[in-house]
Amino acid sequence: MSEMNEKLVFDRPQAVIDRPTHYCPGCHHGVAHRLVAELLEELDVVEKTLLVTSIGCSVFLYNYLNVDAVEAPHGRAPAVATGVKAARNDKFVFAYQGDGDLASIGMAEILHAANRGERIAVVFVNNTVYGMTGGQMAPTTLIGQKTTTCPEGRCLEREGAPIRMTEIIAGLGGTAFAGRASLDSVKNIRTAKKYIRKAFQCQLEDRGFGFVELLSACPTNWKMTPLKANERIADAMIPYFPLGVFKDVTEEGGEC
Amino acid sequence: MSRIVIQEDRCKGCLLCTTVCPTQIIVQSDRFNQSGYKVAEVPGPDMEKCLGCTSCALICPDLAIKVYKTPKKNKGAA
Amino acid sequence: MTKQPERIFVKGNEAVARGALAAHCKCFFGYPITPQNEIPEFLSAEMPKAGGRFVQAESEVAAANMLLGAGACGIRAMTSSSSPGISLKQEAISYMAGSEIPAVIVNMNRGGPGLGDIGPAQGDYYQSTRGGGHGDYRLLVLAPSTGQEAYDLTIKAFDLTFKYRNPVMILGDAILGQMKEAIIPWQPENIDDEAGRDWSLTGADKREKRLIKSLFLEEGALAEQNRTLQTKYDDMQSYVEYEEFETEDAELVVCAYGSIGRIAKSAVRSLRAQGKKVGLFRPITLYPFPSEPLLALARQGKRFLTIEHNLGQMVDDVRLAIRTVADSEFAPIFPGNLPVPEDIEGPVLKCLEGK
Repeated sequence: MSEMNEKLVFDRPQAVIDRPTHYCPGCHHGVAHRLVAELLEELDVVEKTLLVTSIGCSVFLYNYLNVDAVEAPHGRAPAVATGVKAARNDKFVFAYQGDGDLASIGMAEILHAANRGERIAVVFVNNTVYGMTGGQMAPTTLIGQKTTTCPEGRCLEREGAPIRMTEIIAGLGGTAFAGRASLDSVKNIRTAKKYIRKAFQCQLEDRGFGFVELLSACPTNWKMTPLKANERIADAMIPYFPLGVFKDVTEEGGEC
Repeated sequence: MSRIVIQEDRCKGCLLCTTVCPTQIIVQSDRFNQSGYKVAEVPGPDMEKCLGCTSCALICPDLAIKVYKTPKKNKGAA
Repeated sequence: MTKQPERIFVKGNEAVARGALAAHCKCFFGYPITPQNEIPEFLSAEMPKAGGRFVQAESEVAAANMLLGAGACGIRAMTSSSSPGISLKQEAISYMAGSEIPAVIVNMNRGGPGLGDIGPAQGDYYQSTRGGGHGDYRLLVLAPSTGQEAYDLTIKAFDLTFKYRNPVMILGDAILGQMKEAIIPWQPENIDDEAGRDWSLTGADKREKRLIKSLFLEEGALAEQNRTLQTKYDDMQSYVEYEEFETEDAELVVCAYGSIGRIAKSAVRSLRAQGKKVGLFRPITLYPFPSEPLLALARQGKRFLTIEHNLGQMVDDVRLAIRTVADSEFAPIFPGNLPVPEDIEGPVLKCLEGK
């Protein structure tokens, strides 16, 4: 009797292709993919989406999202997305980048795409490490965090401080929305979705550049269990990378 | 009553779902899937405690959980 | 085509820019560097009027990657630069070759190595014809020698890049880019901006999604992709352009391309007036290299002298073309010097006398 009234209240979005991912257990890329896919559906832009993938673990995003895609060289996704949008102004264009890709080799491209106010969105997954290449130090690696290229732990005097990208992006004139969320809890995941929605809407409403940073776990390269890695986000990452909205022109009521 | 269905061949045994369940009914099973991961499960009788809140599905990185919910009778079944 | 009667007096750089607009180029991505600045300057004003987008990129690296993005959408797009900037673009050029993305890249070659100077040179021949970046690939390389040819070949470059789904390079130099001369602009007819774009990114609307990439990790996939590219490069071999001047009864054929080819033509004219039996062979496509017609000349028993504005690069291709029957002498003009016809007449006479 009750089963007659039963409703499917959670299922995978259709924009995510039904296949296993190559990600390690406890890696948050899968959550980020789902949020992006749900929003593409909710904003009704799946058919007009042009995705730019970057280099790193998330390069294979194009195997998981059911949208047209082009693969950018390492760090260049915002430049490639600029070209895509220049060519097809009527399409929805977004790039998906990791922290090594975006905050190190691609620093120039992300800053200038944001500063020009390109009508694109960038989803930035920050897990404080180069994942695909085996866990080397990233520009976001925390002070004291051990990696394969800072085996004694990142040293402030030697390697400098981890870079807070969202704060930098928020300071640029072309940015319409910049927010940092985390994927470590249900509450934070819900907030992350709100932020990605805002970043996407900035393009659809022709307001400017949309940027969302997502704090994520990399259990394999952190050499932690998935549960310990997930806890590390709240314990170590959020204190240094504060969550929140750093710029939102929709709240200010204007265009950037 | 509500329930979840875990697609065992997709589960990587990360157990993030076990940490967010308000009724703590999701646990690690003794079964390994084809990929060698020890999958999560809800032991049979515990399923009736499921609230259908979708927390487990929201945090699952592998989209391995479907959630079904039955509206409570006193709210009027649709 | 419709030849418009009026002649205009423009720099070679502007001829390239006008040719691009005539060819329906809709996106231009550039970065300032001498001696090609007139191209982005002209297009910054004219591209928006033509309904396209001009972006001054933050770097050559970014400009080339913007080009990659626009090309992936099947749009006619271009970037231009000069030698040091072209080095920076090589990353994206390799990716575009690997991903089979059409794009036009203009190099107004300046002196090198390093920062070199801002004068003309041909030091980028190897870089242009051997791919230039990492991996094994080729660009189709067109080498104009006059303003008119720059205009014409720019229009042709857009057809070729879509025909082969391969980046095309226009290789000029500071002489071509900076010299003003008369050209007759013309408008190609029947440009179809949509035909043959069934691979390009338009959004997966009522069709399977499309993916443009150069990463091939699956067993055998990269070998298959390289086989595909090899087949394409083989197909390209049928597309060669060259100019022969006074070669019929020539004892000595001067091989030179681009601006040096043009100066060599003057030298040949002057030497002919003195009764010297010399001719000129000027490759217009540097890749594919016009090996067959060159070999035909070699089989007639002619001798060869290659003259370049570098230390000897194209001479390798000349020698490869004729290796079974002849060889080529080489005379360099060192980058940093601006050659005049007399600089070429000297080595030609010396070569003739050394018979």
